[in-house]
Amino acid sequence: MAITVRGVTKRFGDFVALDEVSLAIPSGSLTVLLGPSGSGKSTLLRVIAGLELPDSGRVSIFDTDATDLPPQKRGVGFVFQHYASFKRMSVRDNVAFGMKIQKRPKNEIRARVDELLGLVQLQGLAERYPSQLSGGQRQRMALARALAVEPKVLLLDEPFGALDARVRKDLRTWLRRLHEDVQVTTVLVTHDQEEAMEVADRIAVVNHGRIEQYGKPRDLYEHPATEFVMTFVGPVTRFREAYIRPHDLDVGREPRGSYEEATVEKVVHLGFEVRVELTLAEGDRLEAQLTKREVEGLELLEGQRVFVSPRRLTRVDQNGSAPHVTSS
Amino acid sequence: MSEAHAQPLASGGPADRAASRGRGVRALLVGIALLYVLVLIVAPLGGIIFYGLRSGLGAITDTFSQQDVVHAFYLTFVIMLIAVAVTTVLGLAVAFVLARDRFRGKSFLSALVNLPLAVSPVVVGLMAILLFGRGGWFEPFFTAQGIRIVFALPSMVLVTIFISIPFVIREIVPLLEELGTEEEQAAWTLGASRLQTFFRITLPNIRWGLFYGMALSAARSIGEVGAVLVVSGLLQGQTETATLYILRAFDQYQPERGYIVALMLAAFSILVLIGIETFKRRSLKRAGE
Repeated sequence: MAITVRGVTKRFGDFVALDEVSLAIPSGSLTVLLGPSGSGKSTLLRVIAGLELPDSGRVSIFDTDATDLPPQKRGVGFVFQHYASFKRMSVRDNVAFGMKIQKRPKNEIRARVDELLGLVQLQGLAERYPSQLSGGQRQRMALARALAVEPKVLLLDEPFGALDARVRKDLRTWLRRLHEDVQVTTVLVTHDQEEAMEVADRIAVVNHGRIEQYGKPRDLYEHPATEFVMTFVGPVTRFREAYIRPHDLDVGREPRGSYEEATVEKVVHLGFEVRVELTLAEGDRLEAQLTKREVEGLELLEGQRVFVSPRRLTRVDQNGSAPHVTSS
Repeated sequence: MSEAHAQPLASGGPADRAASRGRGVRALLVGIALLYVLVLIVAPLGGIIFYGLRSGLGAITDTFSQQDVVHAFYLTFVIMLIAVAVTTVLGLAVAFVLARDRFRGKSFLSALVNLPLAVSPVVVGLMAILLFGRGGWFEPFFTAQGIRIVFALPSMVLVTIFISIPFVIREIVPLLEELGTEEEQAAWTLGASRLQTFFRITLPNIRWGLFYGMALSAARSIGEVGAVLVVSGLLQGQTETATLYILRAFDQYQPERGYIVALMLAAFSILVLIGIETFKRRSLKRAGE
């Protein structure tokens, strides 16, 4: 195990940010800590890095107890949401910083900086200053800087949060490919579930300072352990007292068996996907997700009477945990 | 179709009227600001330059060959250097505590730091006399060591330090608060110790604010009169700073010498401030901010 977190609790005054959190992250994996704002995911990352000290619990990095070690001695690379570029230094000096601290020979530093800049596609920008770079470039520089000291573990705190949507998507793909090349155990914090699904080997869903589920993205999506995981990971719509994924809702023009009657309220075209907002007979609102072709085939229009049937329902207990999944 | 009524040549709509009113108000404000600076700062400075240079170059060289003038400048600059050094080092420490730590009594400390600005320097001088003068709390200790505090250099340094305390701190605290700790945390994760981080990351980032605070501290130190007057005992040739010399020069009807020394002091302060501003602008341009 690359990182082991055992029973970590962290309070800020009265607020409990982390509540007896335990987690074991395998070596070489890309784990995403996914959760809403205030869930404790960033705090957990910072505890792993040594930038926050837990009130109780232990942290181990590659079987060495790191709990009492300062960040300098943990061998972690950290990438911040707002880049934390050394603004008075050039790109070259930023990336070289860790190696200069280690007093590596000058030619080794120069060679490695050039290599890393090539890796993150910033070659030719070595003499620029961070203020002359775009957000995406600054974050790539931050990654190069963190990787320069060959960290055992790479920690990224909402690295794409400050960038706009297009850049975010591009960097997401890029990061995934980088991870496949470099193979460093990586932990990434985000509130964007789409980002998590796309990038992660494993996702830990964090909510109110606790980990609700830790597993492969597909497992979280298809077999959510709690109501929160179901509603947070992936789109969800209510079908009376149960939850359903919008694309698991069949829509037809003809009544058939168990199908229920519904009225089309709105058809929203989102490129290839189409969101169809429906109301059931008793007034309950629903959302179905169909492809453009399906919608055209059905000739769906607003105000039409249609028939719906859920393919896969998830019922939730009173206390919101351990949902039961029924397929039909 | 020709128009029966004559149209005004400018468009003359509400937007244009508001714009020209705005321009008028702005011009008025700029005028008032310029007048204020001119009358209260430029004119007196101009006066000093005029009177200082009026007696010609010969008078200037003559003044600076005087034993007590040389000693006065020497004293002023020694005191200034010590005061700036002490208030810079301790000011940095206090600024970090104020900007970074959370503790009860923080606003009290912040108020204390500003106290020297609010207290009359004469009162500061009197406080020193009360503490270190005959019958004072600390006097027995120092007399036993054979050290003279009041009516000697030590007390002059002490009071000058006191009145210069706020300047470095007031420049650095907002800078530290604005900079935040992220760069420093990044440095730690890259293996830099706290000391290395301070010298390689924090200090360069606050460099210009620090220099500016030090310049203000220096300017204030060389200009100090009230407190130094009280504690120095006005021992001519021994505890007379440049400012005290100026007072005596006027008192003894030798105003030209007074003007010349005053001009030198003013010139020094202004040069320091101009230098800092110039370097600051150059540094910002290089970092591309």
